Amino acid sequence: MIPEIGHYALINALCLAVILAVLPAWGAWRRNTTAMSLAPGLAVGQLVFVAISFACLAAAFLQDDFTVKVVASNSNSLLPPMYKFSALWGNHEGSLLLWALILCFWTTAVALLSPQLPMQVLSRVLSVMGGIAVGFLSFSLFTSNPFERLLPGSPVDGSDLNPLLQDPGLIIHPPLLYMGYVGFSVAFAFAIAALLGGRLDASWARWSRPWTNVAWAFLTLGIMLGSWWAYYELGWGGWWFWDPVENASFMPWLAGTALIHSLAATEKRGLFKSWTVLLAIFAFSLSLLGTFLVRSGVLTSVHAFATDPARGMFILLFLAIVVGGSLILYALRAPAVSSRVSFAWVSRESLLLFNNVVFLVATLTVLFGTLFPLFMDALGQGKYSVGPPYFNAVFVPLMALLAPFMGLGPVSRWKGDTVARWKGELGISAAVAVVCGLTLPLLGADYNLWVALAALLAAWLVLGLVRDAWYRVRGASSLGSGLRRLTPSYCGMLLAHLGFAACVLGVVATSQYNVERDLKMSPGDSETLAGYTFEFVELAPVRGPNFVADEARFRVTKDNELIATLAPQKRRYLASGSVMTEAAIDAGLFRDLFVAMGEPIGSDGAWAIRLHYKPMVRWMWLGAILMGFGGFATALDKRYRRQRRTATASAQGVLHGA
Amino acid sequence: MNRFCVAALLLMSCFVMPAAAVIETYEFSNEELEQRYQDLSAELRCPKCQNQNIADSNAPIAQDLRKRLYQQLEGGASDGEILDYMVARYGEFVLYRPRFSGATAVLWLAPVLLLLAAIVLALLVLRRRKDSGERTGGELSVAEQQRLHTLLDESESGS
Amino acid sequence: MGPRLKLFIPLILFVVLALFLLRGLELDPREMPSALIDRPLPEFTLPSLGSDTLVNRDAVIGEVALFNVWATWCVSCRVEHPYLNQLTQQGVPIYGVNYKDEDQDALRWLQELGNPYRLNIVDADGSLGLDLGVYGAPETYLVDAGGVIRYRHVGVVDERVWRDILQPIYQELLEERAP
Repeated sequence: MIPEIGHYALINALCLAVILAVLPAWGAWRRNTTAMSLAPGLAVGQLVFVAISFACLAAAFLQDDFTVKVVASNSNSLLPPMYKFSALWGNHEGSLLLWALILCFWTTAVALLSPQLPMQVLSRVLSVMGGIAVGFLSFSLFTSNPFERLLPGSPVDGSDLNPLLQDPGLIIHPPLLYMGYVGFSVAFAFAIAALLGGRLDASWARWSRPWTNVAWAFLTLGIMLGSWWAYYELGWGGWWFWDPVENASFMPWLAGTALIHSLAATEKRGLFKSWTVLLAIFAFSLSLLGTFLVRSGVLTSVHAFATDPARGMFILLFLAIVVGGSLILYALRAPAVSSRVSFAWVSRESLLLFNNVVFLVATLTVLFGTLFPLFMDALGQGKYSVGPPYFNAVFVPLMALLAPFMGLGPVSRWKGDTVARWKGELGISAAVAVVCGLTLPLLGADYNLWVALAALLAAWLVLGLVRDAWYRVRGASSLGSGLRRLTPSYCGMLLAHLGFAACVLGVVATSQYNVERDLKMSPGDSETLAGYTFEFVELAPVRGPNFVADEARFRVTKDNELIATLAPQKRRYLASGSVMTEAAIDAGLFRDLFVAMGEPIGSDGAWAIRLHYKPMVRWMWLGAILMGFGGFATALDKRYRRQRRTATASAQGVLHGA
Repeated sequence: MNRFCVAALLLMSCFVMPAAAVIETYEFSNEELEQRYQDLSAELRCPKCQNQNIADSNAPIAQDLRKRLYQQLEGGASDGEILDYMVARYGEFVLYRPRFSGATAVLWLAPVLLLLAAIVLALLVLRRRKDSGERTGGELSVAEQQRLHTLLDESESGS
Repeated sequence: MGPRLKLFIPLILFVVLALFLLRGLELDPREMPSALIDRPLPEFTLPSLGSDTLVNRDAVIGEVALFNVWATWCVSCRVEHPYLNQLTQQGVPIYGVNYKDEDQDALRWLQELGNPYRLNIVDADGSLGLDLGVYGAPETYLVDAGGVIRYRHVGVVDERVWRDILQPIYQELLEERAP
């Protein structure tokens, strides 16, 4: 009965979405206040019904209702309850419902948190989001119904959740990632509403900026969690594989990064309006494209969902309508003549422009590289693979090119600045950064030029930011009052840029100084790696809730001092019989020690063991967390919550929009 | 239908595989060979798996390829010879770093060309903005000032 | 180009991309043509199953034939085996490549299920398989009279596969040889 309620609620949600897509937009066009005033209510109603539907599916999972097909194929009665719940989105149908739920959540958030928005704009925005909901809800209902029953012939027990997904990281990774993906729909809806209304001005940028920053922050955290999960769960210590599915989430992030910077220029200076709108469309289009790539099976990936050409066709059609439609609207309505705002060569504007150049090229390269095998196949040129060596070869120089300018951006002035002032502001930072670049790698195992470059760039970024923040704070009566002078926007930028520096340092240090050994070890053996002695103490059988495992117990010592005891496992899951490697990691700020078990060798109790020494690997994720928090912080800025826009802002907007 | 089942089975087995990390204990005669082994096995794609290099895959074919890679390295083959050997048997598909050729030229040149094009465009934008800046001295012209005032008045009275 | 026309560029790029994606839906990224198409069958010297003699490449070329890579551990091989028996009865020459298998198991299998093969090449360590670019069993190669590989089928050979894919090529190769 419960699944039927869920199904019915989903149908109701679709009906409301159709009304939401049509009625407020019509109201905005005809200036019909009644039609427009219905929009927030419809958005809330839509959320309520999708939430009911979601709760019903969750109930089916938690109650082991194996008459429901997705439950039968993705859950098992032995599964711990929290994984039964997260199994909901460990499959195509359920994850699509999560997509829809999050979309409705964003729609409702926009409806309720935008009192300052003119009614017409709000109606158009909500209608666009309703239109997107129509697409996803009908995708769910017509091609991937999560409530499909297996009657008669339902199994006694389910065939279990893929053990790889039985992990705390995977409980929160998809929701965060989708919050980001779907969050870009808000920026998209604002862009479309602005094109429809013909008013592309600074106020439009101001309205969509906090939403975009928050969505970007979620996406950053989501990607970070995915990378972290791959690191500890896949069992070989890698953290980024440039797999098509990873790229599918990375492309919107890259485009989104360009967008949040371009929005800054548009909001503050009324610049690059057409370009910013295009980026907003681009970022969300890449989210949709990612959904297509993951669920249509056109590319081979480790993480792909079970695929079905009918579903692929549906998303492609939806993609064509949404992206094609918005690009037609863009071509017809975007301002063709650029505004007459001017700025000098040396100015914050030109640095933001450079940021956009780098991130656009990065996005397009990842897109092209990801789709290249498909292009070649479609043209009958044979089968090709494009993998990490290609993406790294392209990506590393691009980021190296970005960083020097990134250090200048936050300290530069709008409109025009002078090289002389830059020299005065950053001369000392530059000198100290060079010293850091020359000396910091000495702390590593050997002097490494890549690490030197990374240290130089990271120090350049950090010192410039710290000095700038200090100059803003100093002179205040106390440190507290000085810190209060910094706006949330500024703090957010500071955090995000510091996070980027940490990320660069972590990625380079761990790739260059990583030590990895595959060894044959028996209980009693010990091995020394990067100064750490790993002693294989004993092998013991252990039993988990739904698996049995062999556990290897290690003592790690350095200079005869106990550092950690590590217990990697080789698990066999009872329901599916699949075998999994559970790595054991001793995490630290400056190094991770990683032990994973391979196969038993021979009959004398020896095992193949992989030992890793990974310096500074955490910096990468800590950096991503800082970036995410930075994104959230910017949205707290008071200027986004002002009820009434100041006359100046609106006048400027009209002027620049002219 | 049968074929579909087989395909589904293959898919399943490949999906579950990644977790069973591959750990083999080849004894190399020197460290340089071990390093080359790690580098090459990371750049060769397992021909049968979803999207994994032979270092990370536990599929039988990946094990065979690793063994052959080890034998070739110990036999003194150069990186180029080993890659040629693999491509002759499994096609260009096995290379995660596509070799530069007529067909892949566009792939390798695309980032450079895109970057150049984007920089040229940005410079054009900059030049135009700077020109207009020189003309108006970076400030609003008299006409613009007046217009701003009118708009300010309008919105003051309007709101 | 007018300023308005420039704004159509993203749309045009998207249409091109969408057409590729549409084509992509029809393609199977997992379908791999062999790298050895139009290349000679690799050289080998390996034992023949059930006898102590060694066979080499010259012993198995000379007429259009199928080379079937199989093993007793391969589930799908059991599925296709009856059809291979049928093909032999129709007069299609089939050579077996017993891939990474135990001789005893293989002989028992042939005894129980019938032997469609002219002879079986014992590829115990998979070295011929590697030279052939085999992913896994079953795979079936179509080799012409000159010993050149002309087609490779991955997966089970059944009536439909034979009728729709292999037989037309097989006939063509026979006719190629006739004049």
